[in-house]
Amino acid sequence: MREPRGRGAAPLVVDNLIDDRRTRIIVCCGSGGVGKTTIAAAVGLRAAERGRRVVVLTVDPAKRLAQSMGLTSLDNTPRLVAGIRQAGPGPAGYGGHEDGAGSMHAMMLDMKRTFDEIVESHADPDRAAQILANPFYQSLSSSFAGTQEYMAMEKLGQLRRADEWDLIVVDTPPSRSALDFLDAPQRLGRFLDGRLLRLLVAPARLGGRTGLKMLNAGFGIVTGAITKIIGSQLLRDVQTFVSAMDTMFGGFRERAEYTYRLLRAPGTAFLVIAAPEHDALREASYFVERLERDGMPLAGLMVNRVHRSPAARLSAARSLAAAETLQGLDDGESTALGITALRRHAELMRQAESERRLARRFTLAHPLVPVAQVPAQPDDVHDLNGLRVIGASFAPDHPPG
Amino acid sequence: MHVSVRDTDWDGVRLHVVTGKGGTGKTTVAGALALALASNGRPVLLMEVEGRQGVAQLFDVPPLPYEERRVAVAPADDGRPGGDVYALAVDPQSALIEYLEMFYNLRQAGRALTKLGMVDFATTIAPGLSDLLLTGKAAEAARRKSRGGGSGGGSGSSVGGGFVYGAVVMDAPPTGRISRFLNVSSEVSGLAKVGPIRGHADTVQNVIRSPQTAVHFVTLLEEMPVQETLDGITELREVGGGGIQAGGIFVNMMRDAELADRKSAGKVTLGSKARDTHALQMALKAAGLGDDAELAADLAGELADEARTARSQRAQRGQLVAAGQPCYELPLIKDGIDLAALYKLAQALREQGAA
Repeated sequence: MREPRGRGAAPLVVDNLIDDRRTRIIVCCGSGGVGKTTIAAAVGLRAAERGRRVVVLTVDPAKRLAQSMGLTSLDNTPRLVAGIRQAGPGPAGYGGHEDGAGSMHAMMLDMKRTFDEIVESHADPDRAAQILANPFYQSLSSSFAGTQEYMAMEKLGQLRRADEWDLIVVDTPPSRSALDFLDAPQRLGRFLDGRLLRLLVAPARLGGRTGLKMLNAGFGIVTGAITKIIGSQLLRDVQTFVSAMDTMFGGFRERAEYTYRLLRAPGTAFLVIAAPEHDALREASYFVERLERDGMPLAGLMVNRVHRSPAARLSAARSLAAAETLQGLDDGESTALGITALRRHAELMRQAESERRLARRFTLAHPLVPVAQVPAQPDDVHDLNGLRVIGASFAPDHPPG
Repeated sequence: MHVSVRDTDWDGVRLHVVTGKGGTGKTTVAGALALALASNGRPVLLMEVEGRQGVAQLFDVPPLPYEERRVAVAPADDGRPGGDVYALAVDPQSALIEYLEMFYNLRQAGRALTKLGMVDFATTIAPGLSDLLLTGKAAEAARRKSRGGGSGGGSGSSVGGGFVYGAVVMDAPPTGRISRFLNVSSEVSGLAKVGPIRGHADTVQNVIRSPQTAVHFVTLLEEMPVQETLDGITELREVGGGGIQAGGIFVNMMRDAELADRKSAGKVTLGSKARDTHALQMALKAAGLGDDAELAADLAGELADEARTARSQRAQRGQLVAAGQPCYELPLIKDGIDLAALYKLAQALREQGAA
């Protein structure tokens, strides 16, 4: 049964998105705990079984997800997922390859390994070894706030350039603030590339230039303070690191800018994932606004884990009234079962109604953002079939919530 | 002086660190815990460290500055007035400037640093420094003594050793990052082997690894948050030097049905779907809803889904119980969290001995 929809918002049909061969990158973003990674895997599987060659890049180390794809664990190398059902040769515009050979690879980002690879590919072996052994580099590559986001975007760029896949589905890091991953690459790029870093390390280099004298006096206090805070030994490590990396710095900013452009390019689609809860939808609003401000191609909002009843024709009120009627009768087994079922149904109907109300509120604020609903599953996803069940709701004829 | 005679599970803990996977309601539970602790009559500081202004939203107050502000008063308990809840949003930059001022009288340099964008730089140049500044602030607040016996808005001056706050509650980073966040010493040790940062790290570490600190986990009865909780507890125990004390497990957002189900374990047993459908069809007819086999089948399906969910939740609960930490249950608040809801959650925490 279809419900009247609010004016403006078209439904988001994920199948149309993945069947469109021009879609090359799908970025799933949203606050933590909304099922982002599971959705990313379900989108990837659905696309593969509709004939696309897909790679799913996740940052979530959840073992269960790897196992649901038949892999013992995920690592920094794309692994082939077995058990993909091959789609037959599709009609024109269906999106599949003529031979119907869809495939799915999955990988999990190892940020340190990815960073090491950049260093190794950009420096001669001696210099690379020197950088990799530097304590400052080791901290930077394993715990710098933003390294994960930066490396996720770096990996995305690599996968795109490899051109082995025609669809990359990426799940974004659980950022502390909405869409950190958009800022982080530039922040890290700016940091590594920046004059600030070099000024700090060698203020004397620029000392001779007029106009910088004042600044230099400021830096005297500043480097003094920094040395006091972090110690001169760390400052020396930074210094060594910077001189070893000197030739690579320009490259960092360039790469950050490449990924940023890639994200804005046609062929990229952002899916904002939310749970049908007040906080998650408020976060989703922020995400949508931020993506719009940055000119990022937003495909729509997916409200995940939506409750709906197959027996929506029986309202909560009538269900509760019927339960009350039964309570006045004998307490046979079927009566007890009936009371439980009717109460449960009323609760489900109320929950569904409250979720719809929350989703409507989002649509009022963002009338042009297409919305899709993904039904809640009775328990967690354990295998490809579980992902398929979620994927089934991506079809255009799937009943809206 | 009236001292609380209630025994709670965390007597002696001064710093309550609340973590949880995203979406489990970590901030809400931290707020409720702060209120529950303040019911003991002493002021409590609720700190947030992730720059989300979640505490301000929770208590419906304007965004918090870097300043301890009163946001709520705990309900009276046993006729004793409740303590105040103060809130503070800590950011690494402000904490660094405060640190420079406090320890080195470097306010001037701090200003120059800010102007040049260098504070941001310094907190990013030394990974781990930010975390150290945040945990350092929490440790400082938890250990802060009142000058001349007065206390920060509370009454009991000499209660609890003259500390300004009866307790400090930190709305901490999510479970996946918590042990690294708290293990500041090893975070900075690779970098700062000597010097003031190292000294500061050691001081902070002493507080965090002492019995004065407990790390509480907020979870839902779902596989992923439960797994993260268990992993988090293990990681805390594995932290060097005797580990960090794991606190309670707060099972959040439990539906009435789940809570009721716990009390009267399974009054109705489900049979085969065909049998249940038939029984339901008769019940529906008796209830005046007509002879509707299709409706009966749909309702039987809903019951079966419910049973599956309950089964999976029971398994999750079993795993949590096996972790050996006290578990607390908090009801799902359906209509959004407001102060009344927080009071309700705080009350539930007190009834279960969490505070």
